[in-house]
Amino acid sequence: MLPGFGLTLGYTVLYLSLIVLLPLAALLARSAAIGWSEFWAAATSPRVLASYRLTFGASLAAAAVNSVFGFITAWVLVRYQFPGKRAVDALVDLPFALPTAVSGIALTTVYSQSGWIGRWLEPLGVKAAFSPLGVTLALTFIGLPFVVRTLQPALADLDAELEEAAASLGASRWKTFTRVLLPPLWPPLLTGFSLAFARAIGEYGSVVFISGNLPMRTEITSLLIISKLEQYDYAGAAAIAVVMLVVSFLLLLLINLTQWWSIRRCQGGFAG
Amino acid sequence: MTEMVVPKAARPRPRVRGAAEEPAWVRWSLIAACILFMAAFLVIPLAAVFTEALRKGVQAYLASFTEPDALSALRLTLLVAAIAVPLNLVFGLAASWALAKFEFRGRSILITLIDLPFAVSPVIAGLIYVLLFGMQGWLGPWLAEHDIRIIFAVPGIVLATLFVTFPFVARELIPLMQEQGTEDEVAALTLGASGWQTFRRVTLPNVRWALLYGVILCNARAMGEFGAVSVVSGHIRGHTNTLPLHVEILYNEYNFVAAFATASLLTLLALVTLVLKAIVERRARAVACGEERPR
Repeated sequence: MLPGFGLTLGYTVLYLSLIVLLPLAALLARSAAIGWSEFWAAATSPRVLASYRLTFGASLAAAAVNSVFGFITAWVLVRYQFPGKRAVDALVDLPFALPTAVSGIALTTVYSQSGWIGRWLEPLGVKAAFSPLGVTLALTFIGLPFVVRTLQPALADLDAELEEAAASLGASRWKTFTRVLLPPLWPPLLTGFSLAFARAIGEYGSVVFISGNLPMRTEITSLLIISKLEQYDYAGAAAIAVVMLVVSFLLLLLINLTQWWSIRRCQGGFAG
Repeated sequence: MTEMVVPKAARPRPRVRGAAEEPAWVRWSLIAACILFMAAFLVIPLAAVFTEALRKGVQAYLASFTEPDALSALRLTLLVAAIAVPLNLVFGLAASWALAKFEFRGRSILITLIDLPFAVSPVIAGLIYVLLFGMQGWLGPWLAEHDIRIIFAVPGIVLATLFVTFPFVARELIPLMQEQGTEDEVAALTLGASGWQTFRRVTLPNVRWALLYGVILCNARAMGEFGAVSVVSGHIRGHTNTLPLHVEILYNEYNFVAAFATASLLTLLALVTLVLKAIVERRARAVACGEERPR
């Protein structure tokens, strides 16, 4: 057998505990220490509830926008040839690579009243920056790669013979798309949607600049945690953080389930 | 038989393939939708960074970098990455060796736990260290007594960065090393190589592209992290300001040229990361497809 199991496993567990598990345990212990009624009061005050509504609402909207355009982008990148395709493919990862503070100030500049895109929205009565719409735009930006990158391999794996068979049996292109192509793409689409959503609810850097941070209106939950900390309200910050953490972990579970579902689907397909 | 099959296969083929494609107008509208979406969200903001940075000319742009605060932010960013990336690299190697080359109970739980930092919001990543080491934190009083500063100091920034970049190297290596199995290593060991030699001469070369890939992503995140670092830094100019925090301060002071100039530096880092990533991906694919493993 190979050597080094004890050493590497020991180091892995030690490092994981020191950097990740112990600090997370400190957060849980902190919020457990404040007592249920205080915890509930801190986690559900009107200002906090307003921030949940904005954070979850804008994250859902952003993930939905990304599902539609991410699907189109993945489809176009896998199936069509056009000039600039490789550049587009490489650019998809930009939101992963660009520091969030940079995306934040760049989006704010572009979508503010005098910005390159904002000035065209202004006459239409659409206020993009410093509004819930601005929050959604920033969250769309940072969630963009997830749907594209989870759909691309699934689209490339689709069996061309199936759609040719559907076409030769007289199905219209639209019918082939909805009945033959789309069904195996639902699980990866759902995974990409959940990943984009999960990333969006915890996002901070790209949103704080464009949101305007008005309490009750454009204040996201991450920012509220920071302002609690700045007021030395550690218990309040911990309570909100625990709520967000639980939601994130539930989402992680859901994502793992959808991946498991898609593996099973695909195995079932091969067996049958 | 053949006379029947050949025309049957040859003739309907083009028609079927045509039917398995969208009409040209659909194709081009989808391509247009994709490009418009990418332009509105990626290209135009990217162009805005450089336009704003150069708004007052090259002189003003370059002057932003010679400012002492900018230089110290740059130094701190490089320092933090120089500590965090190697530490997570060593961890990634150790974790992937233990988790990919051995079977044991609790293995899959450990793999899930390693991915945990990706599910935690950056702000919460910073918060947990404040709760642990801050003045009102668990270890705060003890640290204050011994005059050790972690929060609002460089160690806190390093810890927060370690947390958010924790899984990058490990998650690239674990699946690949698992796929490669242990045959090569066992062969080397039977031929008399020591464990360390086996690791250095057999395992490392086998995973070099995945390793590089993980390091590139880890480094980009380490240098660009904002939320987690912002919570623990305290924003002390010249001391605990990283480049992304420096961008924020300048922007909030309405010093847009300097803010975007600093941002352009980080944008270049991101673009270099994307190019390197594309190169490494192509290399890794070439290795996976072309190089038949000798038997």
